[in-house]
Amino acid sequence: MVADVSSPPRRVALFVTCLVDLFRPSVGFAAVKLLEEAGCTVEVPPLQVCCGQPAYNSGDRASTRAIAAQVIDAFEGYEHVVAPSGSCAGMLSHHYPGLFDDDPAMKARAEDLAHRTHELMAFLVDVLGVTRVSARYEGAVTYHDSCSGLRELGVKQQPRKLLGSVTGLRLSEMATPEVCCGFGGTFCVKYPEISNAMVGEKTADIAASGADTLLAGDLGCLMNMAGKLQREGRAVKVRHVAEVLADMGDSAPIGETG
Amino acid sequence: MQSTARDFKHNVEAALADPNLQDSLSKLKVGFSERRRQAAERLPEFEALRDRARDIKDHALAHLDFYLEEFERKVLALGGHVHWAPTAEDARRIIAELCRSVGARTIAKSKSMVSEEIGLNDHLESLGIAPVETDLGEYIIQLRHEPPSHIIAPAVHLTKDQVADTFLEHHRALGFTKRLTERNDLVAEARHVLRQKFLDADVGLTGANFLVAETGSSMLVTNEGNADLSNTLPRMHIVLASIEKVIPTLEDAAVLLRVLARSATGQESSTYTTLNTGPKRDGDLDGPAQYHVVILDNGRSSVLGTRMQDMLRCIRCGACMNHCPVYGAIGGHAYGWVYPGPIGAVLTPQLIGVEEAGNLPNASTFCGRCESVCPVRIPLPGLMRHWREREFERHLTPRAVRQGLALWSFVARRPKLYRRLTALANRLLATFGRADGRYRSLPLASGWTRFRDFPAPEPGGTFHARWARHGGSRVRP
Repeated sequence: MVADVSSPPRRVALFVTCLVDLFRPSVGFAAVKLLEEAGCTVEVPPLQVCCGQPAYNSGDRASTRAIAAQVIDAFEGYEHVVAPSGSCAGMLSHHYPGLFDDDPAMKARAEDLAHRTHELMAFLVDVLGVTRVSARYEGAVTYHDSCSGLRELGVKQQPRKLLGSVTGLRLSEMATPEVCCGFGGTFCVKYPEISNAMVGEKTADIAASGADTLLAGDLGCLMNMAGKLQREGRAVKVRHVAEVLADMGDSAPIGETG
Repeated sequence: MQSTARDFKHNVEAALADPNLQDSLSKLKVGFSERRRQAAERLPEFEALRDRARDIKDHALAHLDFYLEEFERKVLALGGHVHWAPTAEDARRIIAELCRSVGARTIAKSKSMVSEEIGLNDHLESLGIAPVETDLGEYIIQLRHEPPSHIIAPAVHLTKDQVADTFLEHHRALGFTKRLTERNDLVAEARHVLRQKFLDADVGLTGANFLVAETGSSMLVTNEGNADLSNTLPRMHIVLASIEKVIPTLEDAAVLLRVLARSATGQESSTYTTLNTGPKRDGDLDGPAQYHVVILDNGRSSVLGTRMQDMLRCIRCGACMNHCPVYGAIGGHAYGWVYPGPIGAVLTPQLIGVEEAGNLPNASTFCGRCESVCPVRIPLPGLMRHWREREFERHLTPRAVRQGLALWSFVARRPKLYRRLTALANRLLATFGRADGRYRSLPLASGWTRFRDFPAPEPGGTFHARWARHGGSRVRP
């Protein structure tokens, strides 16, 4: 890990995300490791829960506002807020301010949080200037560009740049890494047939890439794709990109044991 | 047009089980988006042009009354007529009266989505007037009695073999008894059949891509030239367009045309760009004796001045549907009305009601690919979310969803309770999923597990539990 250690450490609050908290804590620990090695001190505000997307995307604006206000409180005062998810980071940085158009004081606080919030890969590369990591991962890896990270936050080259520095790792791109995997939060259970058609196309694309490992920066998408790959009996290991970059790529892949 | 948007879920099942449709969609997904990407790359100022296109439409919408009246003034000065149609019914009536005034038996139509919106063909047929669609795709689906499945490629849901069978069935009586299999032969046969219909038509009806206020011109792009025959040969030309098609100047049209063709088909410009400016003048070699423009509102003006106004910027290029993974999975008919894809998911609830079309704005992952390619930068996911909010406010959201959401939101607003419940869920899911690392079925999650396995949590507790256990410091799990 290369970072400017001469400057004082940056105080970073980790937005763990509800899926990482519940299903894949190692992604959170990988994020902490990457941030600390880049010279940050990491704290985990205890009152954080969820960013509110389930309510927001279901049209429940009142609940979304209540949850957003709670997040704004929990992350007050931190220099940076970093999430190992483009979807949650995008919610904080692109959607919170618009929730408070009728409340100038809250809107100002939401905008302040929006400016301090970053997706993990973009934060490491664009803000901290990290150019390489010290990690080893043997195998051919394909990377799925999750939608919010890609289109709201411009996360595209950053993870690929860091993956390029992982010893033993070879990147084998899909034909259409930017096409949605069909997760979409509640979409995947509200419209399971459409979601299934979408993820089926995605897994075919993953298989055609010849990679033995699928990486992405959002756990929801990863769980969706892992579940489909496993149902189809395809031998592709699925991990969050942060785990591989933090040299934690030897733990059990998503949905597998050992 | 009769809507089946309410049966969206049923339509989806049918679409996913239709092998011909799936075959057609697999080609569409790659073709259109790749051509658009290349066209955009070849034009360095493409992104800047998108900004200008957006600004032009925003300006026109902000002064819509002014430009519509200016357009009308110019058309009248040229000797043409403008008819204002507040509703679909008004538009049908006006057009029927115009057709009757010249004793029309057949009318040649060039592609017009607005005519689909107002259900014009069925209405004219009920009056004994035969509309003939002259765009190849529209002609094919008219023979098959199907609605268009795409706004610029209406028959994109069909395979070549299906078209061959349709032509054989309908052209046999005209002496074409051989089943054709080559694309060019099919086109030639349609061309031959349609030529006589152009010559026979009493009225030509076209849509319009733009109405140009400064000149009173209607502007139309096609790749087949059928619009030009529709509007020059018959003695009456009717232009049917909706209010938001008006733009200030020809200069503006030039900007919009540059983003339109590239976004739609990846062409630098469409093969034919036609300006119709009034009826035939003395000394003109050809042209219609009468020129009428029917301008439809049909609920559009009610979004002016609201945040939903952005939907009226649409220039009907189809890029949003070409890039939409949901459209790519289910095709256009599943949306159940005239306008499919992301723009349909936004327009349809406005035009026929969110009670009828509520599924459409919900059936999106908000992946944002539509917005990223829209030539006039319509925030399509944001507008879909707006509809979801209107539904939620009006208690149209399904009860199970509302209840689930209420419960989740109650817990999410109480961090300590949330922490206890997630720790419990984590322990249960991790314990019972320990053997395989995943579930093949799971109570309350059949929507997921019907098609995919569900990953069990990794062992060791939630992140927050582990973080607290180690005194808030990093640990190697």
